[in-house]
Amino acid sequence: MNKLEARNVNVFYGPNQVIKDVSISIKKNTVTAFIGPSGCGKSTFLRLFNRMNDYIDIFKMEGRIEIDGSDIYDKQIRVEELRKQIGMVFQKPNPFPKTIYENVIYGLRIQGIKDKKILDEVVEKSLKQAALWEEVKDKLKNSALALSGGQQQRLCIARTLAVAPTVILMDEPASALDPISSAKVEELIYELKSQYTIVIVTHNMQQAGRVSDTTAFFYMGELVEHDSTKMIFTNPKNERTQNYITGRFG
Amino acid sequence: MNSSKKNRLKDNAFKYFGIGCTTFGLAMLAIFIGNILIEGFARIDWDFITNFPSRNPDKAGILPALIGTLWIMGLTAIISIPLGISAAIYLEEYGKKSRLANVLEINISNLAGVPSIIYGLLGLEIFGRIMGMGGSLLAGASTLSLLILPIIIVSTREALKAVPKSIKEASFAMGASKWQTISYQLLPASFGGIITGIILALSRAVGETAPLIVIGALAYVPFVPSSPTDEFSVLPIQIFNWISRPQKGFAINAASAIIVLLMVTFVLNGIAMYLRNKWQKKVQW
Amino acid sequence: MPRIKEKIIETGLALAAVVTVLTTIGIIWVLFSQTIDFFSEVSIVDFLTDTQWTPLFADKHFGILPLVAGTFLTTTIAIIVALPIGLTIAVYLNEYAPKSFRKIVKPLLEILAAVPTVVYGFFALSVVTPFLQNIIPGMAGFNALSAGIVMGIMIIPLITSLSEDALFAVPKSLREASYGMGSTRLQTAFKVMVPAASSGIIVSVILGISRAVGETMIVAIAAGQQPRLTLNPLVPIETITTYIVQVSTGDVAHGSLEYRTIFAAGMALFVFTFILNNISYWVKKKFQEKYE
Repeated sequence: MNKLEARNVNVFYGPNQVIKDVSISIKKNTVTAFIGPSGCGKSTFLRLFNRMNDYIDIFKMEGRIEIDGSDIYDKQIRVEELRKQIGMVFQKPNPFPKTIYENVIYGLRIQGIKDKKILDEVVEKSLKQAALWEEVKDKLKNSALALSGGQQQRLCIARTLAVAPTVILMDEPASALDPISSAKVEELIYELKSQYTIVIVTHNMQQAGRVSDTTAFFYMGELVEHDSTKMIFTNPKNERTQNYITGRFG
Repeated sequence: MNSSKKNRLKDNAFKYFGIGCTTFGLAMLAIFIGNILIEGFARIDWDFITNFPSRNPDKAGILPALIGTLWIMGLTAIISIPLGISAAIYLEEYGKKSRLANVLEINISNLAGVPSIIYGLLGLEIFGRIMGMGGSLLAGASTLSLLILPIIIVSTREALKAVPKSIKEASFAMGASKWQTISYQLLPASFGGIITGIILALSRAVGETAPLIVIGALAYVPFVPSSPTDEFSVLPIQIFNWISRPQKGFAINAASAIIVLLMVTFVLNGIAMYLRNKWQKKVQW
Repeated sequence: MPRIKEKIIETGLALAAVVTVLTTIGIIWVLFSQTIDFFSEVSIVDFLTDTQWTPLFADKHFGILPLVAGTFLTTTIAIIVALPIGLTIAVYLNEYAPKSFRKIVKPLLEILAAVPTVVYGFFALSVVTPFLQNIIPGMAGFNALSAGIVMGIMIIPLITSLSEDALFAVPKSLREASYGMGSTRLQTAFKVMVPAASSGIIVSVILGISRAVGETMIVAIAAGQQPRLTLNPLVPIETITTYIVQVSTGDVAHGSLEYRTIFAAGMALFVFTFILNNISYWVKKKFQEKYE
């Protein structure tokens, strides 16, 4: 069974249709990259999976999106529960203005977990998973805002991992970072693949090529092509994909 | 999960608490206006507007107070507007980052927080006694002008700030001097914002009571002031005076005068809101 | 020639700006000179420690404490009313309310803020006091409670709008991060947004306190004119501001000791609000640095 499944999804912002009849299947424990020019709807589409578009007043959706076979837009679904299953890492690092430690355990705090032993364990485990432990283990009580941009982003990833999601959505997670930090985040994505299903929106073609198993190309709100990354980059079926990959527009 | 259910419950509870608090605030406004209308509306007629105050509540009117309020509003506008706009232009366009500007800035933010009654003490000594104006309209308007000056300066600066840099640069690039750029470009472009701030500041001045009481404005004025050196009363002081009396008839008079005062302030605020919306819509840089 | 004209204009504008400094100097000079004259006749120790304030009676006492107590009492009641309600409305408008609702409520709150204070005083005396007297038998017609409550209602819009601005200024990414981890709106509001906006909210509260301390007409109308050293909210009291109004509405000769008492009282008031305003200015400056 597919981990994530979207069927005939249309999205409107007021009178504008921004997603046009998109269907896509995403397999468990894979990395899927969404690529395409700015304004093609790839970020909007990504945010459908954890219902972050719900906060936009003029947002309207048609179609069906499933995780593990169940409809995430069902009225019975508790959106807070859904988001514990589907974590998200944002474009700009957005740590809370609190300590590193407090940032990582935020998700557990809001679930009411107070046991210090559990919290300590989760902090260490998550930071290790996010490849940040060695750099911050002696300053967990320092403000997260004192970290560098790249460290902040890995902290945000650790914060997401701490809630033990099964899916991680990443919205251009490395676009605000320098090349070295960016490489570290990519490495991390590669390692996380064994345990998580990852969907990543990226502007950076090389990055998509390096980290993803499959790639979906969006253009003007439509899903033009979705295939293995290798196929998309070496032998795209669609001419628009070809043009984009080779840099003729975008 | 159990804790999750509890969280949802709390979330919803707070939502209704929030609605409750907002409703409370709005209900107070409604009770407020409703009560005053019920008590005072019947008393308002042409006689009430054109009569002088009297010992007999049924014959008492607000004419001197109303005219006094209009005088105060006009004189305060004449004094405070040029001062306020000039000071704002200086701070925003000339004095930036100089030490003087820094001092001025802290000073203005401090002045904005000084209680109005302290301005009354200032006016009493400086305008009333040292400059010999006594309890005249001019002393009152001067005091209120100083009181609302910080408001005018802050709002004018906001309006000037909202003008995009490109306009200023374009004007300089054409060879315009600083003052030409300000008077031909910046002031017209920020006019809406400036006028809105001024109206709001004047509406504040119209409602002020305490500083005018302190400088010695009269509660009982049996004449209509006809020059800036005349003594005077204003609506809020007339209202205060009537509230302080034990007879029921004067409480009704107070409610009626409040209706008139609220009409003046609401009309001023309404104009300001209208201008602000219109201006915001028109100017989309 | 044009250069001279530019210079003249600049000087003129600068002079206008200097008026604000002269105002401050004027306030300080007036208060100081009168207060010094006052203390040449009244001992400063008595002023600060005597528990009676009776300058207008034959047996004169000049202890500021009863007036300070009255001011403290009404201010405390006002903040107890205004802080929870004002902050709740701000959070509600920011996190929960639909945009259309916000658009209606904000101007209405602005109207609440534009109502002259003498009108609030009338409201306290003719609506709130009779209402409370039904609930609390034996409450005096003039009392700190209804004046304080109404003052609180007056301050709600101030706290709401400043807190709302502070909440609004918190980067949207923080809210998204919190929602992204499965927080409810309440958790997002109080675990992320309010802490991040805390300095702005503190500023709103300090300015609210400062406003309540300096508020005159509501207390002059509804709280009474009887200086007494008490924390009982049900009896008539007198605040610093009310005393100044009381003297100003009577006949007190320029230069007399009674005349100077209002400047001494004004000095006390000025010192309180000056400290509060400077704390808030300092907090605000720190806050700006954090986010820029």
